Amino acid sequence: MLRRTLLLGLCRGPLGRGLGTHRGGSILDRDGKMSEIKKKIQSILPGGDWNPLYDTSYLPPESSDVVIVGGGVLGLSVAYWLKKLEKPRGAIRVLVVERDHTYSRASTVLSVGGIRQQFSVPENVQLSLFSIDFLRNINEYLAVADDPPLDIQFNPSGYLLLASEKGAAIMENNVKVQRQEGAKVCLMSPEQLRNKFPWINTEGVALASYGMEHEGWFDPWCLLQGLRRKVQSMGVLFCRGEVTRFVSSSNLMKTASGEEVNVKRIHEVHVKIDQSLEYQPVECAIVINAAGAWSGQVAELAGIGKGPPGTLQGTKLPVELRKRYVYLWHCPQGPGLETPFVIDPSGTYFRREGLGHNYLGGCSPTEEEEPDPGNLEVDHDFFQDRVWPPLAQRVPAFETLKVRSAWAGYYDYNTFDQNGVPLLLGREGPGAQHHLSLPEQT
Amino acid sequence: MAAPKASLHLVAPVWNGGTRGIGGLSRVVAPEGNQKKGRSLLQFLADCFYDVEALRDHLLRKQVSKVHQKNRFQGREWIRPNQRGHFSLDFLKLQAVPVEAVDASGCAINYQGLDSLLALKELQSLWLQRCPHVDDWCLSRLHPLASSLQELSLAGCPRVSERGLACLHHLWNLRRLDISDLPAVSSPGLTRILVEEMLPSCEVLGADWAQGLKLGPEEQPRDTAGPTPA
Repeated sequence: MLRRTLLLGLCRGPLGRGLGTHRGGSILDRDGKMSEIKKKIQSILPGGDWNPLYDTSYLPPESSDVVIVGGGVLGLSVAYWLKKLEKPRGAIRVLVVERDHTYSRASTVLSVGGIRQQFSVPENVQLSLFSIDFLRNINEYLAVADDPPLDIQFNPSGYLLLASEKGAAIMENNVKVQRQEGAKVCLMSPEQLRNKFPWINTEGVALASYGMEHEGWFDPWCLLQGLRRKVQSMGVLFCRGEVTRFVSSSNLMKTASGEEVNVKRIHEVHVKIDQSLEYQPVECAIVINAAGAWSGQVAELAGIGKGPPGTLQGTKLPVELRKRYVYLWHCPQGPGLETPFVIDPSGTYFRREGLGHNYLGGCSPTEEEEPDPGNLEVDHDFFQDRVWPPLAQRVPAFETLKVRSAWAGYYDYNTFDQNGVPLLLGREGPGAQHHLSLPEQT
Repeated sequence: MAAPKASLHLVAPVWNGGTRGIGGLSRVVAPEGNQKKGRSLLQFLADCFYDVEALRDHLLRKQVSKVHQKNRFQGREWIRPNQRGHFSLDFLKLQAVPVEAVDASGCAINYQGLDSLLALKELQSLWLQRCPHVDDWCLSRLHPLASSLQELSLAGCPRVSERGLACLHHLWNLRRLDISDLPAVSSPGLTRILVEEMLPSCEVLGADWAQGLKLGPEEQPRDTAGPTPA
């Protein structure tokens, strides 16, 4: 026996590593086999997902404590804070279901990436202040060992909101509220505006509010990737699929006043796998609807809105898909490096993009002009008719410009609703900036 | 988690965050070198055990909080230096004198640390050369000094980019600005031109305008030492 092993060892030379030689394999093979065996044992144990007949690794787990529908910045934020705040490590199993892993239609990546504190509601200001704090310390929050730090390319250039005579009083009021919450905003008269930004035509502007700090724009794709990476490292499960059905159970219960109500509770989610008819029922305790512009559709699946109109059950979730266009243009004589994110009283907005005198901007269409949200095709006539004239009027240099490219994205109108399914939805415009703080505050 | 490595590289544990001190954190900015050096024992263990991973996270966070500690003055006035005992107590007699110039070159000052500087309402000259933690966020905080600040130097700060330079627009009294040698700025020549346009009454020291421009074929420098001209 000893002689044989010695011979084998000598023959094999540098490949032989002692103990493993009698089986004819080197340590490489043995480690690989050991990990396979360990994986199998782990999956057989209770709580693991093991199917002895065929490989099911592409399916989501059979049960999960929390299922988050939608993997954009909002859904990932929820997953992040759930994992961050859970007390025993690994106590909550979180599953994020996202049907488009390229995020080609997600509002997060198609957004212009702005962040501001200039809102009228104090809660929005607080959320935004928290978000900017998060973004500033993003590498402390989302640090993953061995991975490079994130650079969200934040431009601290601030927002400049212009108000006409009609809106001046409201703007003053808003600025008071914002300052109370801690935002650094200053009010400017038309003359001060002309001094600071000589390229603005202040005709029709009665008052302007300018954010001095904590406002600007950043790269939302980088934020998304950072969140995804961190959240994966914290143990959140991802699934590429679509939620097609909620299965709920109802209990007849009595309220405090003795009234009998039917309490519905979702206990199972059917996740359909991409490009296949296969679906996996996932048992869950909580479902979080973070589907952004499609939240309304997801809510309908849960039965919100299916009932006699005028009642609570019959009230649909007021979130709709709305299409918005963003245009990128080049104007060599345009405003310089100091250009903030300018929002005109007419609703047109623009901001600087890069160092080459390129600008991004657009305008919210009125109710009658709402484009069909069925696809993400861009309407270039919209720029000619609705965006360019106010722009050229406000910034005379924009009379000569050349549109380089354009894209369309979805916005979601929304409110906060609680009906057995906690809902966290974005807001039109501010988008990504609030999605970081909403889950934390909840 | 990856499959366990075939052979254990028992090298001396190279802590990912770099050595202690200021140099360590700035290395976090360019970590490509770490990956090329091979995996250390600590990294290998972190792959296998959650606890080691948590330990690494904790150590990384401690590194960062060290910088935060250095910037907190715990309610003391600015005249007291943050490194204890390095200045004489004569400073206490000068409490009524306004500070006109601050040289914080090479200091570990960061976003929170600027709190002390912003209280100096008569500051005329601020030097932040080679400060490793001064970045675009810090520059956006400088606007309260707009009425007095005349000279600002950011030469050699590794984290300042053209996005932060855009908010120097608030400093309308600025007469001298040094933005040379900023590695994070993508086009130094163009940035200098744009900053000069943004601050017309300010003298900007920076990269050469032609830096980064590619020479055309007729402008290629002729090699006089070669046998035939280009």
